[in-house]
Amino acid sequence: MADDLELRFERTVQAESRIEPRDWMPDGYRKTLIRQIAQHAHSEIIGMQPEGNWISRAPSLRRKAILLAKVQDEAGHGLYLYSATETLGADREDLTTKLIEGRQKYSSIFNYPTLTFADVGVIGWLVDGAAICNQVPLCRTSYGPYARAMIRICKEESFHQRQGYELLMTMMRGTQQQRDMVQDSVNRWWWPALMMFGPPDSESTNTEQSMAWRIKRDTNDELRQKFVNMSMPQAEALGVTFPDPELKWNEERGQYDFGSPDWDEFWQVVKGGGVCNEQRIAHRRKAHEDGSWVREAAVAHAQKHAQKEGAA
Amino acid sequence: MSFDNAYESLLGHEDAHWAFGTGFSEALSGVNREFPPGVDREALAAYCLMLGDDALIFSQRLSEWCSRAPELEEDIALANIALDLLGQARMLLTRAGEVLDRDEDQLAYLRDEREFRNVHLAEIDCGPGPGGDFGTTIARLLVFSSWRLALFSRLRGSADPVLAAIAEKGLKELAYHRDHAAQWTVRLGDGTDESHRRMQAGLARVWPFVDELFATHPVETRLAGVAVDPASLRSEVDGVLEAVLNAAGLTRPADTRAARVAGMAGRDGVHTEAMGYLLAEMQHLHRSLPGAVW
Repeated sequence: MADDLELRFERTVQAESRIEPRDWMPDGYRKTLIRQIAQHAHSEIIGMQPEGNWISRAPSLRRKAILLAKVQDEAGHGLYLYSATETLGADREDLTTKLIEGRQKYSSIFNYPTLTFADVGVIGWLVDGAAICNQVPLCRTSYGPYARAMIRICKEESFHQRQGYELLMTMMRGTQQQRDMVQDSVNRWWWPALMMFGPPDSESTNTEQSMAWRIKRDTNDELRQKFVNMSMPQAEALGVTFPDPELKWNEERGQYDFGSPDWDEFWQVVKGGGVCNEQRIAHRRKAHEDGSWVREAAVAHAQKHAQKEGAA
Repeated sequence: MSFDNAYESLLGHEDAHWAFGTGFSEALSGVNREFPPGVDREALAAYCLMLGDDALIFSQRLSEWCSRAPELEEDIALANIALDLLGQARMLLTRAGEVLDRDEDQLAYLRDEREFRNVHLAEIDCGPGPGGDFGTTIARLLVFSSWRLALFSRLRGSADPVLAAIAEKGLKELAYHRDHAAQWTVRLGDGTDESHRRMQAGLARVWPFVDELFATHPVETRLAGVAVDPASLRSEVDGVLEAVLNAAGLTRPADTRAARVAGMAGRDGVHTEAMGYLLAEMQHLHRSLPGAVW
């Protein structure tokens, strides 16, 4: 019996069909998905902070509206993704607790500080750009609710990327001080953006099983290469350079060669040593704890209301 | 290579499905922007600044909740309300700027505190932070949106076609803001002992700033037929607030009134101490890079 179920699951995945919430699935598949989707949801929620940092100071009302709407979209992405984990039997409150207790991770990129308004543009261009490269393949991932959430998220991320790039284009047409601000920001974010694809394939532990289950579709290194190839012409059009002396077109490979990120820094930030790790979690914890009386009141009110209706 | 390359096919070229536009000219397209004959333009500009600054400064306060709300759904809702108000502010500042020959950003970022004409209710700190909490924020939102909704529903009849169009567009937004605030007021008033206490305290915090909302300013008197006399809104707004507070089991605070300063308040450009810090934060980057384009 179990073998039949497992066989059917394997066939569904191999046929590129979707696994849906009520279908049988191996425990490992379910756990891997909950971990991956929760981590993605946490990243959206923590990711509200670095950009939210500039809402109050946005230098024009149009940019303020764009930024506020973008950060709001991220909250929306977090919501869809937590909902997707709930189809697998997870619980949002429980996942939030795991996040603020440091038992589940989020994308390490958000542990870097946003120091100037150019960072808002560069995050849109490079960080959202890298996220899109990671996420577009997930629109075809084997778990249906995740794949469908990703289609919507990728559309919105793509819009954010365009807005980020458009901000940088505008700044590059402005004063020398603005151009310097953009280049400085690119210098700070380029390597962290490349790290978003995860460690090199030779050191990545989760890749193989996830590829077999069609949860993951491309290796870290393949996606990183794709991102570099995509970003170079954009940098040229913008008039900025990337801080990598090894970065150059390789005629033979038909791709760009590029240097290796500082993986020691990567692991240091992943393990909690980034400039903002503690701050990001403390901020999320405070919001959650400060809001507990509000959530309790909403539940209490709903219960009283239900009782009244029941009595009537 | 097109820069959207890999995901262009996903996005397509229609932007209609994006929840929030970032332009605003479309919203008022087709509206006659000529000034009505005989209108006191200086007063019209001042009036647009009053209503625009109310929205801009309150939006700035509400957006402080971004990533700090009690629940994700609420984070989205408060950002939504802040965005609506920011949109109203931009249309109103743009209208003022048509008289003053300045654009929305010059008006938002390059005026000094004494030139801002918003009511104090918009600027005070109601949390998150030392000035309040979610209950205080909801109390302010309830009062502000009930008042502004009543104001905009009359402003639809303004002799200025632009103000009338802004009011028409804003009305649906404000009805949602008021509804959202009223629902939370009831939930918090009825929910737990703690939420009841906090909601009542929130009302006490904002109540001294209610009276200013209904004080007629000389600018409004000069604009008969164009502006709404806020004194005429009092009984309607009081009725709405009373109904919500009753449903929530909350008590209307005693009618305390924040004193004016030498007879002046927000509409005269005389603000609370909180305003200087708010503007310092909001304006600093714009002012730090003169000549920059954003």
